Amino acid sequence: MNVNDVKPHAVPGGTIQLTAPPPEKTLHGMLYYMKLTRELEFRIERKLYRQGKIVGGVYVGRGQEAIAVGACIDMRHEDVVCPSHRDMGAFLIRGMSLRTIFAQYMARKTGATRGKDGNMHMGDLNLNLVPFVSMLADNIPVAAGIGLSFKIRGQDRVALCFFGDGATSRGDFHEGVNMAAVLKVPVVFICNNNQYAYSTPLERQMAVANVADRAEAYGIPGEIVDGNDVLAVWDAAARAVERARGGHGPTLIECKTFRMTGHSAHDDAGYVPRELFELWEERDPIKRFERYLTERGVIAPGGIEEIDKRINREIDEAIQIAEKDPFPDPDDTLKDVYYEG
Amino acid sequence: MALTTYVEAIRQGIWEEMEKDERVFVLGEDVGIYGGAFKVTAGMLERFGEWRIIDTPISESAIVGAAIGAALMGMRPIAEMQFADFISCAFDQITNFAAKSRYRWGAGVPIVVRAPSGGGVHGGPFHSQNPEMYYVHTPGLKVVCPSTAYDAKGLIKAAIRDPDPVIYFEHKFLYRRIKEELPADDFVVPIGKAAIRRHGTDISVITYGAMVYTALDAARQLEKEGIDLEVLDLRSLLPFDREAVLDTVKKTNKVILLHEDTRIGGFAGELASVISEEAFEYLDGPIRRITAPDTPVPYSPPLEEFFLPKVSDVIRVARELYAY
Ligand SMILES: Cc1ncc(C[n+]2csc(CCOP(=O)(O)OP(=O)(O)O)c2C)c(N)n1
Ligand SMILES: [Mg+2]
Repeated sequence: MNVNDVKPHAVPGGTIQLTAPPPEKTLHGMLYYMKLTRELEFRIERKLYRQGKIVGGVYVGRGQEAIAVGACIDMRHEDVVCPSHRDMGAFLIRGMSLRTIFAQYMARKTGATRGKDGNMHMGDLNLNLVPFVSMLADNIPVAAGIGLSFKIRGQDRVALCFFGDGATSRGDFHEGVNMAAVLKVPVVFICNNNQYAYSTPLERQMAVANVADRAEAYGIPGEIVDGNDVLAVWDAAARAVERARGGHGPTLIECKTFRMTGHSAHDDAGYVPRELFELWEERDPIKRFERYLTERGVIAPGGIEEIDKRINREIDEAIQIAEKDPFPDPDDTLKDVYYEG
Repeated sequence: MALTTYVEAIRQGIWEEMEKDERVFVLGEDVGIYGGAFKVTAGMLERFGEWRIIDTPISESAIVGAAIGAALMGMRPIAEMQFADFISCAFDQITNFAAKSRYRWGAGVPIVVRAPSGGGVHGGPFHSQNPEMYYVHTPGLKVVCPSTAYDAKGLIKAAIRDPDPVIYFEHKFLYRRIKEELPADDFVVPIGKAAIRRHGTDISVITYGAMVYTALDAARQLEKEGIDLEVLDLRSLLPFDREAVLDTVKKTNKVILLHEDTRIGGFAGELASVISEEAFEYLDGPIRRITAPDTPVPYSPPLEEFFLPKVSDVIRVARELYAY
């Protein structure tokens, strides 16, 4: 696929006309959460996993941070997010603590699933975060149902549902998006099109050029955005959310990006042409946004180092606590299969 | 001679059948360039080309459905599920289209659905399941669960040659842990035949899959106490070797049914019924089950350790039964 098939970049020196650019506070938030995501996942994949402190599979969203952050940063508390396995930013913005996340990865009792499940399989209804199951695209019909409940009860709430390009090949994608479209429920479907599904490149996944092209078949708008441009994602998501709130039904947003890692920590991505990594490295969403912010004076000289220091401190503290957190008791295995009062 | 791992044995079995029979082909996610998530199809793309090792979209239902269609047209497809957990996404095609075809209109569906299953690999609830019983409960299917490299190879060949749909559960924990010397000649392991892995006189442990090794470890330890276990590996669950089950019960008169799958609706329940219906008078003690508890497979190591049946469980139950 032609990686240049994306709209002009909003940053740097972008041409996207933002309807109304976000306030400075939001800009700072975007940078913080993207950088926090990156460092958190770096620690998980390159430190804790390699030190054997995390067992099983580890998936990160390096290079894709702008998508969850851009789409979620302005969500209202009562809105609901259904993230995929590359959307760490969504958990952070929703307010899941770093300690809870590290404890989850290290299989501790204090983790989001109390050791029952691992890695990104985290959720918390108090944070309006609905966890995914590994079965790709299963969360799409569920998001339709979340939106349906808002519609039935006349609530001013929206659901954001994330998934990868590969997930759109599953029947549940079709069933979920179609039903959401027919019932005009307030859901925004956001595809992280990182151009690979494990080793499978996009052209082996679908015969259309863009995931967004599929929207037409469901009678809903489909929009392609530069997924490495946090402002472009933010802008598209804001419009789709407004549409959903206005009772006009779902939108499908395709965020073009690139998976800057293997599929998981054990995969060296030998099947990905090296030039693609180099090309997309230049489009790194964090570096681009840092440049944009410093050029505009939103961030003072030295401001970035300040943020890095803060993030490192927060992460160090959280790891220290989580590492001392207890593992679950073996007997916990038997708990919570059913309601226990 | 070189030792062949369980995973390599599956690969060899598929490879040899593909060399011999051009109707055989593989389809699944990441099976081509990548050689499969567990490398079962490594090197096959180069040898057989992209129309016999087919990388598909993430579409389990379409993978199995397409296998069925091709099988009806005379081909011998092998559909790979990346993990057995995701076979649920193809449930309908397997249990309705494939399983009922011959019965309804006489058309056999000779497909193989390969499903890497089982726990002990820190996979959590969605990468550790043992979903065999959904399929054992579906007349028209065959279900096999090899435990050795020899069986892995012999059963994949038998499955490919079988005129009916076979669900082939390969245990992930065994992939690289189990190896043995394999004969050079072309051999199959017939579907529906059990194997005695250890001859004994006191108690029979009837099991399958990775639990065969749990039983054998327990047997080695119990030997020192003078308790002599017989270990029967079912190898196939549907059809299963009723005769071998009854024979071992009649020989030892005491029986432990062991599986990694959860308890209610697990295969042990079926075995217990058959034993009590057909060999009740031979029993000198209660039929005992050792299974996982009725919960999802948990992720955290202490929980997963608790969940999986252990050597110590077999030893404890065997002692109780021995004293009975
Ligand atoms: C139904 C199903 N089939 C197979 C898998 C195994 N699997 C996990 S992630 C993955 C690739 C996913 O690709 P995509 O949807 O593009 O998301 P990405 O990982 O690229 O973000 C596969 C095949 C799965 N989790 N679920
Ligand atoms: Mg992808």
